[in-house]
Amino acid sequence: MKRSLFARLSRYYLLFALGFACFLVALAVLEKEGMPRVWIGYMFMFATIVLYASIGVLSRTSNVAEYYVAGRRVPALYNGMATAADWISAASFISLAGGLYLHGFDGLAYIMGWTGGYCLVALLIAPYLRRFGQYTIPDFLAARYGGERHGRTVRLMAVAATIIVSFTYVVAQIYAVGLIASRFTGVDFSVGIFLGLASILVCSFLGGMRAITWTQVAQYIIILVAFLIPAMWLSAKHSDNPVPQVAYGKLLPKLGEREAVLLADPREKEVRDIYRQRATEFQARLDGLPASWEAGRSQVQHDLERVRLRNASLLEIRKAERALIAYPKNAEDAETVWAEQRDFNLARARQLSPHAVPFPGKDRQQSDIKRNNFLALVFCLMIGTAALPHILMRSYTTPSVHETRVSVFWTLFFILLIYLTIPALAVLVKYDIYSALAGTDFSRLPTWVSYWANVDKANPLISITDVNGDGIVQLAEIAIDGDVLVLATPEIAGLPYVISGLVAAGGLAAALSTADGLLLAISNALSHDIYYKLVDPRASTQKRVTISKLLLLGVAFIAAYAASTKPGDILSLVGAAFSLAASTMFPALVLGVFWRRANRQGAVAGMVAGFLVCLFYMLRTNPILGGGAAGQWFNIAPISAGVFGVPAGMLALVLVSWFTPPPESDAEALIDTIRSPENRA
Amino acid sequence: MADARERHWLRTRKMTLWLLGVWLTTSFCAVFFARELTGLSIFGWPVSFYLAAQGASLVYLAIIGLYAWRMRRIDSAALEENS
Repeated sequence: MKRSLFARLSRYYLLFALGFACFLVALAVLEKEGMPRVWIGYMFMFATIVLYASIGVLSRTSNVAEYYVAGRRVPALYNGMATAADWISAASFISLAGGLYLHGFDGLAYIMGWTGGYCLVALLIAPYLRRFGQYTIPDFLAARYGGERHGRTVRLMAVAATIIVSFTYVVAQIYAVGLIASRFTGVDFSVGIFLGLASILVCSFLGGMRAITWTQVAQYIIILVAFLIPAMWLSAKHSDNPVPQVAYGKLLPKLGEREAVLLADPREKEVRDIYRQRATEFQARLDGLPASWEAGRSQVQHDLERVRLRNASLLEIRKAERALIAYPKNAEDAETVWAEQRDFNLARARQLSPHAVPFPGKDRQQSDIKRNNFLALVFCLMIGTAALPHILMRSYTTPSVHETRVSVFWTLFFILLIYLTIPALAVLVKYDIYSALAGTDFSRLPTWVSYWANVDKANPLISITDVNGDGIVQLAEIAIDGDVLVLATPEIAGLPYVISGLVAAGGLAAALSTADGLLLAISNALSHDIYYKLVDPRASTQKRVTISKLLLLGVAFIAAYAASTKPGDILSLVGAAFSLAASTMFPALVLGVFWRRANRQGAVAGMVAGFLVCLFYMLRTNPILGGGAAGQWFNIAPISAGVFGVPAGMLALVLVSWFTPPPESDAEALIDTIRSPENRA
Repeated sequence: MADARERHWLRTRKMTLWLLGVWLTTSFCAVFFARELTGLSIFGWPVSFYLAAQGASLVYLAIIGLYAWRMRRIDSAALEENS
């Protein structure tokens, strides 16, 4: 029976992959025949969204076990694939390679942290959750720390943590959906959001975990193809070896040589000096506040009058008017705007730091701070991964404990297919830009530069301005947004636009699959843990599933609304979700399995302490939350607040458990069960 | 019966501890000694960069694979003892 399901699935997905390949070839032919780019974008959006929706319709269900845990019969390989799609978010797919491009070695913390976390999932949590065999993460914590009647507090706290963590994360995914849709098809940002939302809803609304799983497998295939094709092409172009994960080793020394040349180039220095000069000017204006604000204002007004008086062209008058409108409204405004300008120019004036050098810094101390932050970030990302509800939830969906262990292996395997390519892609594109773009004539810029410079007018993805006026592109004159890297790779590699559309479809798939999983995690926590377990334990199964679906709808719309307000603040807090998840959930989960003595009071104290310490550190140090770098302990950045939160949570759990009575007998029985080997039927 | 269960749990814990040790050593050493390893290169790869970019992740994959394989044997050994 199991084998036949596996064989059937393999046949379906093979057919799907073939169909997708045909679709690509057909579009490539159509492009050759002259189909406009916008249409290709529409085709990809439309085709993939219809595909996900139809998988959702085919797997619709109202059965509780099917809806919550896909009937617990997903084979390890496919569960791994679905979890990988769940895991690979828009950030991994689009921004991570760009992050590595911009930060070099320091960016690798994300690669290490986001893969190493799976060791903890596999060894400490997933098999025990599967052995427990219920529906959600709060289920486990409530059973372990409260028995049949007392799990209320623990359950409520776990639900709250799940929602806080998943919600910030899901808003970022939906935001990415809107961004990709609007960039590739030209539809409005909010229209893009609601198009994506439609496909998420048709899928998870009808079929819950079951539909999500089968959709995610399809989405993973698209993600993989979309990421690998351009990378392989680029790799073949630069090193005659189509396996980028291997080929970029040869390119690294070449990149190093090129970096040395650029570092010594006097023209590069000239450009950087101009930026430094501008920064000094802003600093001077800042120092002269508030007098400098008034002087500057009258200067701008004066300019406007002058151009008006001498009957200058309309263009010049407009320019002067715009300068007056853009001028800071008052002295306080001026302070923030000018400080921003100063920092921007200072950043542009910074020397390039070699890609492969770990922790570049002015002196040993600076370098040590970078190393410690790297370690702290890796720690938080790893522990956070092992505490994210939408990932852990997936360990319930396999047929047995052994399959769960194997499924984590496949998860990391499929993640690595992408993650091992990301550092390679960053190096390949960097080499291309350093050698082909830096040093060319402004009149002969490659077409992809002008295309991507005009895609998003508000925040240009790439902009090149001739700062020193010599007609030649200097590296310091290129301002690049990390996101452009993956999006523009097909064009950098000289591939047809179809592949660009494919990459957009891949990014969309990455964002949608993660959003699916997160929304389900939130709505399950609300419907199963709050409604069924606490409000109405006698609800019929039919009613439970209906409530779940309604809640899913509600949460999805709230998240979409939050994303459509373009919340820059929430987006920058996504990294913080890992620290919060780690500090709140990890100690209770792991000690719940491995330490018999851990009891309810301890778990409550641990979760509260972890959460509060983490939150306190973020409030104290994150500028967005009103803190500042001055409040840092050991110079650890706010994103790594979990470095303090996790130990605090552990400590509180252990201490309070010791000073309160040992757990009751039903908790003991549960511990014995989850630790024991599973009988194979 | 209780004995068999104890033995199984002991083996599981040992296995877990060993592999966690490997996990911790890999992660920590790859980062902490990254600067010291920059000069070294194997087959043209700078060691510290390779470890952080790909090596460590491959070790993690091996750890999980080994764990799944060994735990299956530990589990079936315990079940045999029980029956």
